[in-house]
Amino acid sequence: MIKSELINRIAEANPKLFHRDVEKIVSTIFDEISAALARGDRVELRGFGAFSVKSRPARLGRNPRTGEQVEVSAKRVPYFKTGKELRDRLNDKS
Amino acid sequence: MAKTLTRADLTEAVYNAIGLSRNESATLVESVLDEVADTLVSGDNVKISSFGSFLLREKSGRIGRNPKTGEEVPIEPRRVLVFRPSQVMKDRINDA
Repeated sequence: MIKSELINRIAEANPKLFHRDVEKIVSTIFDEISAALARGDRVELRGFGAFSVKSRPARLGRNPRTGEQVEVSAKRVPYFKTGKELRDRLNDKS
Repeated sequence: MAKTLTRADLTEAVYNAIGLSRNESATLVESVLDEVADTLVSGDNVKISSFGSFLLREKSGRIGRNPKTGEEVPIEPRRVLVFRPSQVMKDRINDA
């Protein structure tokens, strides 16, 4: 499922909302999560999962093609941990 | 200091973006999360452009070990969810 399909499904379930408002709602939700992570904040959605940011230290990498050593600078990466309820549902435990 | 956002913060953002009540905004936040979760449970991946992808992975069974007692425990085959952030999100988080 892609974002436009998600928007269509929410729109179908809410016939009194304008389609463009549903687009705005879905975009707002994901933008809000991205913005929180960009600030270094966590987003915890019980039952669904939690988004956080992890720091990766600088390291010496290697160009796999040439074998040449390259410095990889420290960076922050987004991380998602699946919530317990969703994890159980993925394996028919509820 | 890092904060933790919850459904309430997402609801507030939706409330500020659209002319809906807080109650309706909360219901819509829940519907979006439910729709994503239900789609994944049905076995379909979910891709949100400029955000990232929620991908299902099938893990085969293996013998695990209780690290405290050393006891062997079977780990059943299972389906796990991984999140792959989009390049847009990765860049945003590193202020690129």
